[in-house]
Amino acid sequence: MSDALKEVPLGGALKEVPSGNNYGNIMKEGLWEQNVVFSQLLAMCPTMAVTTSGTNGLGMGLATTAVLIVSNILVSMIRHTVSSQVRIPVFVVLIATLVTVVDMAMNAWLHDLYKVLGLFIALIVVNCAILGRAEAFAVKSGVAASAVDGLAMGLGFTGALTFIGLIREFLGSGTLFAQASNLLGPSFAFLEMKVPGYGGALLMILPPGGFAILGFLLAGKRVMERRLDERAKQQTGDAAPVAA
Amino acid sequence: MNSATLAVETIASPHAHGGNSVARTMFRVQMALVPATAFGFWLFGWPAFFLWLLTILSCLGFELLSLKLMGSRRIKGTLWDGSALLTGWLLALTLPPWAPWWVAVIGAFIAIVIGKQVFGGVGQNVFNPAMVARVALLVSFPVPLTQWVTPLPLMSVGAPDFVHGLRIFLTSLPLPDAMASASLLGYTKTEMSRGIDLLNSLAGAHAPAMSWIGARSGSLGESASLLILGGGLYLLVSGIITWHTPLAVLAGLAIPAAIGHAVDPAHYLSVSAHLLSGAAMLGAFFIATDYVTSPNTGSGQIVFGLGVGLLTWIIRSYGGYPEGMAFAVLLMNALTPVIDRFAKPRILGRDRKGKPLDIPENKGA
Repeated sequence: MSDALKEVPLGGALKEVPSGNNYGNIMKEGLWEQNVVFSQLLAMCPTMAVTTSGTNGLGMGLATTAVLIVSNILVSMIRHTVSSQVRIPVFVVLIATLVTVVDMAMNAWLHDLYKVLGLFIALIVVNCAILGRAEAFAVKSGVAASAVDGLAMGLGFTGALTFIGLIREFLGSGTLFAQASNLLGPSFAFLEMKVPGYGGALLMILPPGGFAILGFLLAGKRVMERRLDERAKQQTGDAAPVAA
Repeated sequence: MNSATLAVETIASPHAHGGNSVARTMFRVQMALVPATAFGFWLFGWPAFFLWLLTILSCLGFELLSLKLMGSRRIKGTLWDGSALLTGWLLALTLPPWAPWWVAVIGAFIAIVIGKQVFGGVGQNVFNPAMVARVALLVSFPVPLTQWVTPLPLMSVGAPDFVHGLRIFLTSLPLPDAMASASLLGYTKTEMSRGIDLLNSLAGAHAPAMSWIGARSGSLGESASLLILGGGLYLLVSGIITWHTPLAVLAGLAIPAAIGHAVDPAHYLSVSAHLLSGAAMLGAFFIATDYVTSPNTGSGQIVFGLGVGLLTWIIRSYGGYPEGMAFAVLLMNALTPVIDRFAKPRILGRDRKGKPLDIPENKGA
């Protein structure tokens, strides 16, 4: 009876994912295997636009993570009450509200960073990763699992953005974590580094540099995954006769 | 008699081979570049030679590295087919002659790895690798890439000897003021931005010389327009390139230049200044004619060439950079697939629209 009621608002296509206590798996998916940038290739617009420095990437990633966690929780909570026909507009309104809150909060408390990221914070609304997770995970899963998924995906996104940002910043302007104190407070000023005597290659700060770096990182990740696969296959191949 | 069997091996086409190869074509293009390059060495001394050598060696090195990483089966053949060597050579000809060593290495990396091997190697690249590297270097390192040196012929007083040349090449110290110079296009652009029009700036005492013989500041491939032209004519005669692209490039540049100069000589450079400056000759004969990145048919090549010339003139006249050949070539490279779609080669036995040809049925009957 209760199962039947559950099925009605969701419709046949959106079946509940059986979520046990596989939080470790969810974390692994979000951080590496289904990484928003490196595997799903979602959210390319902010990835290209704000990764001109490690600090910008980190700030953008954290803001997105905050929105992602809360939106996943809320979507998961209302998944039984919203009918599947109107779910997308409802999700968009939810996400837009959250982004507005983050936008105002950053404007108030992280004003220097906000001046840099400015427009892109508001554009988190249309970040496909967020609506994507709402659709692909939160609407089919429990609240706790959705929260963990939002955290994992957000941290994966943050890590990717920070990594790309650091590489581009290092090659492009010869610094690392420039103006990190804007984001993390003056006590983190020790992070800021500068390569002496290096002017930087301007191209890396410009969009072509972003695409080139992203391309090399994607290629690198695929090579790593292939090697890991081969190693795993070898190990199972070696282990099987022994076990038998 | 009956037992006689016909021993025929089946061989896939092509059944006849003209004897041409990538390596031979590349070698001929390199031969065509020799006079201009040698003249450039004489004009700018040892640093130019070191730059040329290191650019080519790094291109070969990055080609070898890419082929190894990709697990290529015929590394030797691909490495020595001359395409990487030619890319390095062309890139070196577009750089300032006294550019420091790291410009050569980074340029070779961008040309070979990002410009060519990422797309799948020789014949697969969308953009001309040498021009990709040239633009990337110019955007990334504006200062060393726009420092031109006054020509100091090899035997003249004050020209750096071998050791001094090596020091200039390796230390990347700023040029002494006495030797720094501007290319013609750069000079007029700077003067124009200061509000001095062409009539006054070109009459000034510091105006860079302009001549066919080429004792002027600029890149290796810019100084000796006559020798580049000669090399290009050799390519034309030997059938490596057809007349379509070079003529269209030069026309696309010369026609708007002539109109502009006739209307307002104070703001638009003359035709000869355009044709003899920058990479106009090198671009028309050696860069825009690249087989891989230009259209297949003659009519397509004419459209392509006109576009390159016109864009070059527009960028030189209105753009922020003094020279636009590299940008123009890259932009038209991007359009090449579209041009190829409209200007297709005729299929054997069909007309240009793809309809079967009318064959008279009862011929001779």
